[in-house]
Formats: sequence, structure tokens, C-alpha cells
Amino acid sequence: MSTIGKRKSHESAEGHVTGNAIYTDDQRLPAGMLSLYPVLSPHARARITKLDVSAAVQVDGVVTVVAADDVPGENNTGVILQDEILFPTEEVSYWGQAIVWVVGETEDAARLGAEKVVVEYEPLQPILTIQDAIAAPSFHNEPQVIRRGDPEITLQQAVHQLEGELEINGQDHFYLETQVSWVIPDSEGNYQVYSSTQHPTETQIIIARVLGIPNNRVVVTCLRMGGGFGGKETQANPVASVAAIAAHKTGRPVRLKLKRDHDMILTGKRHGFWGQYTVGFTDEGKITALDVTLYADGGWSIDLSPPVLLRAMLHIDNAYYIPNLEVRGRIAKTHKVSNTAFRGFGGPQGMIVIEDILDRIARTLNLPPDRVRERNFYHGVGETNTTHYGQDIVDNRISRIWQAVKANATFDERREAIDQFNQMNAYKKRGLAITPVKFGISFNKTQYNQAGSLILIYTDGSIQLNHGGTEMGQGLHTKMLQVAAKSLGVTIDRFRLMPTSTDKVPNTSATAASSGADLNGQAVKDACETLKSRLAAVAAKWLKLDSPEELVFENDWIYCRTYPTAQVRFEDVVKQAYSDRVSLSATGYYRTPNIYWDAKTGKGRPFYYYAYAAAVSEVEVDGFTGTFKLRQVDIVHDVGESLNPLVDQGQIEGGFVQGMGWLTMEELVWDDKGRLRTHAPSTYKIPTISEIPEHFTVHLLERAAQDGVIYGSKAVGEPPFMLAFSVREAIRDAIAAFGQPAYVPSYVPLASPATPEATLMAIEQIRAAALTSTVMEGDRQLSPL
Amino acid sequence: MSDSCLTLTINGESVRLNDISPTMTLLDYLRRIGQIGTKEGCGDGDCGACTVAIVAKGSKGQPHYQAMNSCLIPLGSVAGQEIITVEGVANGQLHPVQAAMVKMGGSQCGYCTPGFIMSLFAAYYDRTVDDVSVEGNLCRCTGYLAIRRAAQLIAQAKPQDQFTERLAQATLELNSICYITSNQQFYRSTRLSEVLDLLQHHPNATLVAGATDLGLELSHHRKHISVMVSLEAVEELNLLTDTSEFVEIGAAVPLSHIEDKLRGVFPSLDEMLHWFAARQVRNRATIGGNLGTASPIGDLPPVLLSLEAQVRIASATGERSVMIADFFKGYRQTDLQPGEVIVSVKISKHLTQGAIRRLSQSYKVGKRGTDDISIVAAAFVIDLDEHNRIVHARLAYGGVAATPVRAIAVEQGLLGQPWTIATIQQTKRDLKDGFTPLTDLRGSADYRKMLVANLFEKFFVEMGGATIHPLEVG
Ligand SMILES: Cc1cc2nc3c(=O)[nH]c(=O)nc-3n(C[C@H](O)[C@H](O)[C@H](O)COP(=O)(O)OP(=O)(O)OC[C@H]3O[C@@H](n4cnc5c(N)ncnc54)[C@H](O)[C@@H]3O)c2cc1C
Ligand code: FES
Ligand code: FES
Repeated sequence: MSTIGKRKSHESAEGHVTGNAIYTDDQRLPAGMLSLYPVLSPHARARITKLDVSAAVQVDGVVTVVAADDVPGENNTGVILQDEILFPTEEVSYWGQAIVWVVGETEDAARLGAEKVVVEYEPLQPILTIQDAIAAPSFHNEPQVIRRGDPEITLQQAVHQLEGELEINGQDHFYLETQVSWVIPDSEGNYQVYSSTQHPTETQIIIARVLGIPNNRVVVTCLRMGGGFGGKETQANPVASVAAIAAHKTGRPVRLKLKRDHDMILTGKRHGFWGQYTVGFTDEGKITALDVTLYADGGWSIDLSPPVLLRAMLHIDNAYYIPNLEVRGRIAKTHKVSNTAFRGFGGPQGMIVIEDILDRIARTLNLPPDRVRERNFYHGVGETNTTHYGQDIVDNRISRIWQAVKANATFDERREAIDQFNQMNAYKKRGLAITPVKFGISFNKTQYNQAGSLILIYTDGSIQLNHGGTEMGQGLHTKMLQVAAKSLGVTIDRFRLMPTSTDKVPNTSATAASSGADLNGQAVKDACETLKSRLAAVAAKWLKLDSPEELVFENDWIYCRTYPTAQVRFEDVVKQAYSDRVSLSATGYYRTPNIYWDAKTGKGRPFYYYAYAAAVSEVEVDGFTGTFKLRQVDIVHDVGESLNPLVDQGQIEGGFVQGMGWLTMEELVWDDKGRLRTHAPSTYKIPTISEIPEHFTVHLLERAAQDGVIYGSKAVGEPPFMLAFSVREAIRDAIAAFGQPAYVPSYVPLASPATPEATLMAIEQIRAAALTSTVMEGDRQLSPL
Repeated sequence: MSDSCLTLTINGESVRLNDISPTMTLLDYLRRIGQIGTKEGCGDGDCGACTVAIVAKGSKGQPHYQAMNSCLIPLGSVAGQEIITVEGVANGQLHPVQAAMVKMGGSQCGYCTPGFIMSLFAAYYDRTVDDVSVEGNLCRCTGYLAIRRAAQLIAQAKPQDQFTERLAQATLELNSICYITSNQQFYRSTRLSEVLDLLQHHPNATLVAGATDLGLELSHHRKHISVMVSLEAVEELNLLTDTSEFVEIGAAVPLSHIEDKLRGVFPSLDEMLHWFAARQVRNRATIGGNLGTASPIGDLPPVLLSLEAQVRIASATGERSVMIADFFKGYRQTDLQPGEVIVSVKISKHLTQGAIRRLSQSYKVGKRGTDDISIVAAAFVIDLDEHNRIVHARLAYGGVAATPVRAIAVEQGLLGQPWTIATIQQTKRDLKDGFTPLTDLRGSADYRKMLVANLFEKFFVEMGGATIHPLEVG
């Protein structure tokens, strides 16, 4: 029986709960394994005037120190542009940048050695904020523009017009397993690398580049990751590269697992953004025109910032039809970590701007925010159902989901109850909000939308399954097993899911952009189809049938559709195939059809389809402290015909909570010298179980099969992250209520993240405005109490 | 007399350790010997990935499994004890806790999972499986809902298996230890006099109780400690006395025991303990350690200041008592002299003369409600006479100065005032400028000032003071 669509537990769940699941750092260490420890820059920007490692190498147990001179290839790990120096020699570009790495027999020895490295600096003035970068000016790229209609004229003509800005913070990935790699060199010049990487192929390419050797000499293997979230897409590369250089220099295996503090100090994060907007709208709250500028804080090197910014620009509309729109984007170059991929990949930073605006429009017009959102949805056909970059939204499910979640959450009744509660309570206020998500699925860069697989059947009927995707907890391997078992008509126990390795499936894309199951699933199925047609021929001969097309593969049997009694066991056919000299291994391949993007015009069909979802959240905010409690969450999510509802539900819940962390408590604090002050879980707070409400429902949209995607399923990795906007909007709703009954604010500015401090400051602003308004606005005045 | 080795039992197997640093953390040791199921997520005691269970004495003296962070524990501290790691939980088949997690999809990447299993394992045998039992475990993947569903599956179980049998045979008394390597010494004594003796010979020895503060130094290798003296087993420091007159808490009593045993006695202590770190840390942390650390953001000092606790201190030359208000001398400085040990903290239950009732509560504000360090912590005591007049006021704060402090001028100003919103409003103004806190990564000076004032009003409101619309009073 096929497990497609079943709540099948994670394929490694038993390994997880027993501690038997092996992670990169857990592999038995070969004798002679060396460890690394970094020397970090104490300045955000400085010239290096002296580097002296002589005392370090005297330390007991220190083997050597690796530095720029030890790089046989290029001293650069940049992926889009080669602007990412691995070992800086002239200038340091962010606080905590690693200058050299000490190699020790033990980590202790390496650490003691690192304390003895002497580096002298001449500090320079760093650029630490987007605003500073604009003033400098200091950018990574030219301004990007996407445009539809005529925003200038329509803005002028708009009945209402508002201007505003929004600063959005970054976010640390805080995967539980920090970055880790180890490298085994051999005497023939080959390197076996084990790396916790979402992109083994790129890690391979970068290692080959820094070593100055062809790609085929480097094999990168990823067993499984203890979380990724985008943070191990490019950020695994420098870690693996340093280990590779050290392995090259010493000829010995070298291991590097970053300490939590080092991980948070050294690696890139979600981009902070700064958005400025002018919006025009009608009396009903319909947006007629929008002009937005988005600045992304790229950090010191460009990394993946261009596609991150592009996704932000392409998601500025979220689920809303905006007839006239210009969005400009630019990447600020600052002296901070190089910001990188993180679940949503810029999408959240674009979408939060429009959500912030819609709430403001609603309050300006004194209309319910949910109604204003609804009125602006993409709808109908043609123009009103087409994005600003010209993609037709085929299969628009926004309204359907919206209605479903409103009903599940009894939104209207609760709205009333909350208004009543707020009238009765002066010191705590409740807020309720509903927000939608529309998220484009596919890599923006068309060439990444391809995948491969390799299936090896052995003569006993056991099978190895390889595909190009990596497992970071998202359940990709589980889904691939389900797909392979269904496609081949065999039980799932026949398979061993192999570690992702560049010597099995070459030239893979990152496991990212929520696309892992879509792309690799099709590639796995393709390989299965190849094997099936070969085996069908063998089985047909065995069963003495004329046409192999008649054969059905199911539950480890191969039988004839029209004469089901004509049947043979899968493993017997496999043995026969071997005797008949029929190949029992096959590769599979897939590329996403019908997508294209014209970077010059900013138009195209970059996404194969859209994922949709909506959430209703209710909060209670304490007026003394600004703390909030999340009281209830209801979600409806479109995952197509779910391959595995248990896994998909886990993605939705986990994504939502991670988004909530970003928006409400995870605060990255840099001081005025550019030093990150929050680089451990003692200072950087991600949600715990106690922040999760008892009432939290997730419904998967029914009758939702998606055409042209593996078994009708849909991507689910990133979209739920943005459902957490409903929490932020609910907090704003509660803050607004602190002005009542005297004052109904037309705008609730709220800093991000909405920490207790930010929330209390916002409440104070409303309270202050309420006080003056009761004095000034005689006509709108309502008597207190 | 010295021991040439440390012994401990890991998953039923006894191991003898020679020539190993007594300050190596248990986590480092486990991973070094290939027990790699236990993970390091932070080395800070904050993520729980390293959680193991230890057979320990419960608050009622019964043997039980206790969750703790192996990244903070020096090997010396667990000498003679029995440890269960994630590898020791399944027995041919999955343990019910493991099976529940598998079934409900409680693991995604799985890196946090061993820690959750061990927290749940300990709670399972304590029959206290709930959110609180895993609030010291971070998971970045699941959003916790599936873990909560797994916990619910086992919450009602009444376990009877080889682990309950093992508990029945457990010996709980910690023995004395004197373990000496070429460059380190680790002592564990059971009598206060022995400790005081040791301190005479080793004036620079480092005292350790639960190691939840010291463990950070160890796990980050920031400190080489040559002589360590563990207070954990000292009898005199493990007493907890609750009479009609007073409560006396031994300096080495773990906070989780205080939580259990004194529940309902001092509301402000209950409340603060609830928000103090998370279960694994509370299982180890002590009141002596909290005072010994003398952090300006320690959470118990404000409570103790408001309750006017007395700190009992012993040294080889005798004993003395000092009022808690005189204990903190400056940033991270206390009144403790070399050779002195905190024995206990004594809190009177008496109302002030002339009072007919006492209002008291504590508050803690952090960026995250659970398991965070305070931005501001506050504890209040107000004694009222029959006319609802204030006859005694204590307003104590953490996070607003170099030491935990009381707002003494405000306290005096309150005497004789009626307990009304008007008084509170007046007081709020004074409180707001009563301290000059700093801006740091946790919060701005302005926010802290607002909290100092607002928390007092919150106290008033929550104690049943008349509610009033904030707009009316500004
Ligand atoms: C994850 C985490 C969360 C935390 N959360 C909080 C929190 O919410 N609130 C809070 O206040 N603290 C918190 N802490 C800090 C710590 O847990 C407390 O300070 C705890 O009370 C320390 O007790 P301990 O027994 O573990 O001290 P130890 O680490 O053993 O000792 C701490 C210091 O006190 C000294 N000392 C210990 N006992 C005595 C004694 N009897 N006489 C003299 N000196 C002594 C030691 O020499 C040492 O200098 C947290 C720590 C961690 C790791
Ligand atoms: S490793 Fe994070 S708590 Fe121990
Ligand atoms: S399952 Fe990945 S951190 Fe919990």
C-alpha cells in the first residue's frame, strides 16, 4: 500500500529519539583528526597592519596556522560575485571576521594557540546601518526597478495618500546544530568532505576553487543537518573551505564545528530591510497606486543578496492587486556579517511592508483591517489577477482560504468579544488579526530549477535511493521515499535513503526555495519510471504477456491489470533482470517547465505556481510592560494534495513559530562599534514552548491537488513563515485599543521586532496622542469611560 | 586521603576515571567517549540539547530522575552518581516517551530531540509531563506543537518498568570526594566544618553549588580552576525549615526543591521561581549560588530584599548574619570575605506591627517570558493597617543599578499614605526617576525606568486596587 498522503513519521524519527541518527560531527573520528579555532577581528572595519603567528605555533599541540598564504587556489568564497575573501590580508570588513585559523591536535590546543596570535589593526570608520550606507553612499549594486502602470500620475490623483517607512530587523537562523565540516585528504590529491550543507554541489565547487583543483577531486557528502533554514546554503562554504585548506596544508583530516557564539558572530543572517512608501487609495480602502523603495542590508559581501532583494520586490504585492506600482530595490553595503538566505528569502521583508500599509489604510479610513485586505485581493481574470511582474495567477485560492480560516476561527464573533473585553479592561487589551500569504514557488534563477536522482537496485531486491536534495528536518527524505515507493510499487522498507553526495548526483541545486520535494520528487519518479519500464519488460517475459504496458507495480508485486492472477514478486523480477543482463540502476532528471524571467524588463513568469495560506491570531497585551501573550492561532494552508500531512503540518507550525520569533522577540543588537551583542541563546531569544498557545489549529485546504507537481502536492517549507504577520498585526490591533475609547488612532507604528519594549513605547505613543486628542479634537471627542 | 579516580554510572555501566580534569563538562566527556547522542547546541545551559537525566533526591527526599544540562556540569559534581543519556532509554524497543515523539512527529531535524527525550523521560517518572517540563529545551523546527502532542500522549501514564525499579534501589547520599590530578583538586564535603577547613588551606578555592553560573566558565573554557570545593552535599546547607515564625533555606537547596516545598508561603518567591530559568537549571541552581554570583540581574535578590531576608554566613572563625540589604556591596561584589560560606537565608513571616494584612508579589520582565534574563525584576511588600494605610513598604528591583536595590526614599514616602491609586500615581512619578539604569542589549534605560514605575502600579492593580482608566490619570 502506498504511503503517499499518509501521516508517515520522519524516516529518521527513531534515530532522532534514540540518539542513533548521525550528524556530521558525530561520525567516529579517524585517528589524527585536527581541530580549528579562529582569530576574530575586534573591529568592524580596520586595516591589518601586523600579523604574527610565531608565538601561536609554539603552543603545545598547535600544528600550524592557516592564513591567506596557505590558499593554493583563490582566497575567495563568493558565490554570485567573487567578493568574499576567506582570509583577509589587508582589511577586515566586519566585527568578528576570522583572520586566521589555528590548527591544533585538539580544540583546546587550537584555542590556546589562537590566544597567542598577534594581529595589529588601524581602525577605520565602519558603515553600520542602511541609513549610513545611503549617506555614504555604499551599495553592492545599482538600483533595481519593477513597475506596472503609472504610479506617479495615479498617486497624484488618489483620493487618499499616505507616506511612511518601516524598518525591519534581521534574524539569526539558530539551527540547533552549528556549522560543521570535516575534510579527509588523500595522498592522491582528493578530498572527501562531510559537511552540514544545504548545497553540497556549491560547497564542492568552492572547495575546489580555494584548493585550485578540478571539481571532480572533491566529494561533498551531507548526512543530515540539524536544521538549515537557508543558513547552510552558502554559509557552509567558508567553514568547509577553511577545513579543506587546513587538510591540504597538513595532509591530515581536519574538523571544524563552530561554537555557538562563533556561529552567530561569523555567519550571515536574514537581511534587515528599510522600506519607504507612498500609497494612494480610495474611500473604500482600495489601493490605486504604490511607490516603494526597499533597501536590504547586504552586509560586507554580496552573497545571495541580489536574489533575496528580487524576491522581496516580487512579493511586495503579497496577495493584493495593485494596479499602479513601482518598487525599487537596492543592497546596502555595510560592515556587518554578509546577510544570506533565510526561510522566505526576502519574501517576508517585502510582504510585511504591504501588510503594514494595509493596516494603516484601514485605520485611516476607520474600516476593519480584514475588510480592507479582502477588498484588495487579486481576483477575477486578466489584469486584476496578474502580478506587477506580469505573471497570471492561475488557480487563485486566496479568497477560498480566507473564508475558510475566518469561519474556522469564528473571526466575526471573536472580533465582537474582543471589542467588549477591551472596553472592560484598561490595563490589558486584546487584538485580533487575519493575514494572507501568497508565495511564489521556484527559484527565481531559472537554471536552478532542475534536479537529479540515482536509484540502485541490488539483486536481493533492496534499493539505494539517492537524490540531489539534502535533509535538514523538513522531511524531504521521507517524502522522497514515499514517492519512490509509490512510483516503483514497492514497500518503503526496501529502500535505504543515502546521504546526499556529489559523487552520486552531480551539479545539484541548493535544497532551498521550498522546492526540494517538487524538484527532487520528479527526478526520483523519473528514475523509477526508467527502472519500471526495464523491469516491466522482464516481468512481461516472465508472465508471458505481450505488452509490458499492461503491468501494474504495487505492494512488491508486478501483475497484469487485466489478469491480476498473472503476477510475480518484485524481487524475483529483479533477480531475473540481473540474469538477463538488464541494468538495475538508473538516473532521473527533472526541470521545471514554463518558467522564465526577463531581468531587463522585470517581467516574466518566474514562478511555477503559488502557495497560499492565511492565519488568524489573537493576542493580549499588558499595558504596564508591553509583554504579550499569544492566545489563539488558526491556520488554513494550501499544500495541494499533501504527500505527508504529518510532515506538512510540522512545517506549517514550525514556520509560523519561527516567523513569530522574528517579529516579536528575536532581536539582533549591534552596538555603535558594530559589535554584535546578541550572539548566544542567553541574549538572543527564540520562542520556547511556553510562547505557544494551547489553541493552535492547522487545516490543510481540501480538494487542492496542484496540476503538474509531484502527485498533486505543493511546496510548504517557506510560506507558513509569513503567517506570523497575523501576530504582529494582532499586537498592533491591541495597541490601538489602548487609545480607546477617547481616541481611535489612524496609524499604529510598531518597531520590529515587537519586543515588550517596542510595544510599550508604541502604547505610550497612542496614550499620549489620546491625551492630546481629547483636548484638541472637540468634535471627535468621546468622553473617557 | 584522596581518591585516585572518579566513578560514575552511565546507562547502568560503572566507569572509573583517572587522570581526567574534574572540571571537564559531562557533555564533553560523553561525546569524547563516543556517546554522541547527547548534543551541544549552545554550551550555555540555554538550549537543552545536552539534557541528561541523573538519579537524584527529589524535594520529598525520594529518588527520582532529574533533568539537567550536561554542558554546565563539571565531572567532579556528578561523581558517584548515576546518569541516563538518550542512548540508555530504549530497551530493545522504544521507550514510551520515544514512541510518542515518533508517532506525533515531534522531531524534524532531530538535533534537539535527545534533549527533549531526556526532559520528558525525567518528567514521565515524576508524573509531571507538561509544557514546563520542556521549557528549557529549544526547538527551531517544530514550533513545539507536535512535541506537546507527544507529551500529552504520555502525560497520564503511571510508569512501572525497569527504570522505576532502578530508582527503588538507588543510593542517594552523595559521598565525600577528594580527587587530585597534577594540576587540579576537586573536593566534595558533607560537613560544613570540613568545607571551612578546606578553605583555610585553600583560600583561593572556588566554591561550587549547582554550577549553573560556574558551568558557563567551564564550558567556554574561560577559566582554569585549580581548586574546586563542592557544597552540594553539605548537610547544613541542605536544610529547609518552615515554622510559623520564619523560613530558613539552606544555601545549597536546589531551587526546584524550594519551589515544591515552600509553595504558597511567599507569593513573590513562588512567582519568581516560576520565571527563573527553566526546569533543568532550577534542578541544579541554588539560592547560595544566586547570592554568591551577585549579579545585578539576579532574580532572587529583589524578592529577598523585599522580604528583608537575613543571610547566615560561616567561616572557620565563626558565624555571622547580615541583612540582605547590606550583603551587596557593589557591581558583582558582596560582603563575603575569603574563607566564608553562605549557610542559609532566613525570612521572617511576621507582619509589621500595626498591620492587618500584607500584599506582596514579584514581577519579572524579559524579552521572552520564559527562561530569559530579566530586563527588570521587581518585588514588593506592602503592609496595611485597618484603615488601609501603609505601615511598611519594600520596593526592590533588579536590573536598574549595579546591585539589586531598594527604592528607599519612596518606601519612606509611602509610610502613612493610603493604599489608593492617587498614592500610586504620586509614587510612580518618583519611582520613574528613582534610578539611573543603563541601556544594554536587553533594554534601554528609558524602558527600565518605565518598568520600575509601571510594575508598582501593576502590583497595585493586581492586588485588587481600584481599576481606573489610564487616560484619566495620565
Ligand atoms: C540557562 C540559564 C538560565 C538562568 N536564568 C536565571 C534567571 O532566570 N535568574 C537568575 O537570577 N539567574 C539565572 N541564571 C543564573 C544561575 O542559574 C543562578 O545564579 C543560580 O542561582 C546559581 O546557583 P548555582 O548553585 O548554580 O551557583 P554556582 O554556579 O555553583 O555558583 C555561583 C557562584 O556563587 C558562589 N557560591 C555558590 N554557593 C555559595 C555559597 N553557599 N556560599 C558562597 N558562595 C557560593 C560560587 O563560588 C560561584 O561564584 C541562569 C543560568 C543559566 C545557565
Ligand atoms: S548545549 Fe545548550 S543547554 Fe547545554
Ligand atoms: S527538530 Fe530541529 S531543532 Fe527541534
